[in-house]
Amino acid sequence: MKNIRADHYIISKIVKNNSRILDIGCADGQLLYLLEKEKNVSGQGIEIKHDKVETCLKKGLSVIEGDANKEIINYPKKSFDYVILSQTLQTVERPKWLLNEILRIGKSAIISFPNFGHWLCRAQILFKGTMPVTSDLKLAWYDTQNIHLCTIRDFNNLILELNLQINEKFGINKKKVLSFPFNLFSLNIFASHAVFVVSKKN
Amino acid sequence: MVTNKTNSNNIYNFEHTPNLIFDTSLKLENGSVLNKPTIAYQTYGELNHNKSNAILICHALTGDQYAAGTHPVTLKMGWWNDMIGRDKVFDTNSYFIICTNVLGGCMGSTGPKSINSDTNNYFGNDFPEIGIQDMVNLQKKLIDHLGIEKLLCVVGGSMGGMQVLEWATKYSERVKLAIPIATSYRHTAQNIAFHEVGRQAIKNDTNWLNGDYIKNNTSPEKGLAAARMVAHITYMSEKSLSKKFGRNKKNLNPLSKIFEGSFEVENYLQYQGSSFVSRFDANSYLHLTRSMDRFDLSEKFNGNLEKVFKSNTCKWLIISFNSDWLFPTSESKRLVNALNANACNVSFVEIESDRGHDSFLLQIPRLYNILRGFLIGAKFK
Repeated sequence: MKNIRADHYIISKIVKNNSRILDIGCADGQLLYLLEKEKNVSGQGIEIKHDKVETCLKKGLSVIEGDANKEIINYPKKSFDYVILSQTLQTVERPKWLLNEILRIGKSAIISFPNFGHWLCRAQILFKGTMPVTSDLKLAWYDTQNIHLCTIRDFNNLILELNLQINEKFGINKKKVLSFPFNLFSLNIFASHAVFVVSKKN
Repeated sequence: MVTNKTNSNNIYNFEHTPNLIFDTSLKLENGSVLNKPTIAYQTYGELNHNKSNAILICHALTGDQYAAGTHPVTLKMGWWNDMIGRDKVFDTNSYFIICTNVLGGCMGSTGPKSINSDTNNYFGNDFPEIGIQDMVNLQKKLIDHLGIEKLLCVVGGSMGGMQVLEWATKYSERVKLAIPIATSYRHTAQNIAFHEVGRQAIKNDTNWLNGDYIKNNTSPEKGLAAARMVAHITYMSEKSLSKKFGRNKKNLNPLSKIFEGSFEVENYLQYQGSSFVSRFDANSYLHLTRSMDRFDLSEKFNGNLEKVFKSNTCKWLIISFNSDWLFPTSESKRLVNALNANACNVSFVEIESDRGHDSFLLQIPRLYNILRGFLIGAKFK
């Protein structure tokens, strides 16, 4: 269990046994494989990269090759218990649209993203006057795929605007889950990475 | 016209073994009955002790049971020879591969050129209308006979893919992995239209004699060749034809001979047509194309494909090719969406190839990797 990514660890704790899961941008299927093993889920991934799709198949995982933005509209509503969007939201063209689509096809969404409000990001902009480059935001502005970066507070505001509810939220820093009690203010400073569980209001 | 005289065997006087003649009859979907049907088949590898390693490979319209090794009639290598064998994708070290000639075919299974046990004469035009369902029902009799409770995998392309769909929906509890390749759950009007051109070519050949040509020692070869030519175009992409032939000319004959075939692509098609007639029966071609046209998985559910896959337990891998305009990716996607709507276990891959529908028969590395990986993955769990 030592080698498991912190966000994967959190997600594996959130997900209930035997649930049906869609992992958008599942890469080589590490998370899906973990969830099938630990929680006996029935999982499916969407992945665009050929070699990663082949790796998933070799692991016995179900995977649809294609662009999530195009594939997602084909799923009927409420087809999954959880739709997972791990470090992808900030790379898509229309995050707001995608968020709505995810909550159309899934009962809950588990979303993880790098926090642009982390103190290290703030410090780099404030003191160096440059775009932050951190362990969660590894690439320079001209190389990164991240086109819609946000802070935890920004994300929180979007959820409020869309009239959705946050069921759980977690912060990660230095690959460890933040264990101290926190509010949104401190989370937005000390978490370099966040995991939110979101659903429609009942 | 290019003629193709080879020293290969003749399909009309060749006995295909092994084969299995059933004492019972086969009730067909259209209500009629076939007495004592025969199924000819080939196997590769060994069936294991608990009979859990059997893979059924389903052939396409003009394929047959000789998927690997040397074909006894054409003396060419089998259509998936690169796929089946020791250490190949369908590894005969670990799998038992079965490939049958379809019902209605002409390589030993009961078909229009067989003798009708009721009349002791060739079936010819009396051969009953058959469907993809009937092909699968006959295959199931063989699988039952071999004592195989559950097939590890059913796989096939094009018409073979239709058989996979039928197997994995009608007998889903008997199939673990289903791999339909370059196929569809029903023909479009365009698919039917191309087949109809072929059928008209055969039926308008004066040697067809309303299907009774064998008795009269003749054969509608020109019609069958023309049918094959038009079908062959649909199996290729515009790009692959251009790449292979472009507007290249074989000869620059004087004007009087302009219709003798001066473009290379014309000669190629004529060769395809004439070599086909030495290995295929015209009536089989009529019946099999008809069975493909009539196939519609959603028919029983008033066209609602989603209902077909309700509580389906197979593990699916659906494969299409981007240059296949006969069974385009959009057709495979319909299957994927219907399976997804039922929370079924489905994977989907579109493979890049500029070779058109025929891609599933070609040695495309990604196709091989994906099939191999999927089979490994099934064992993994």
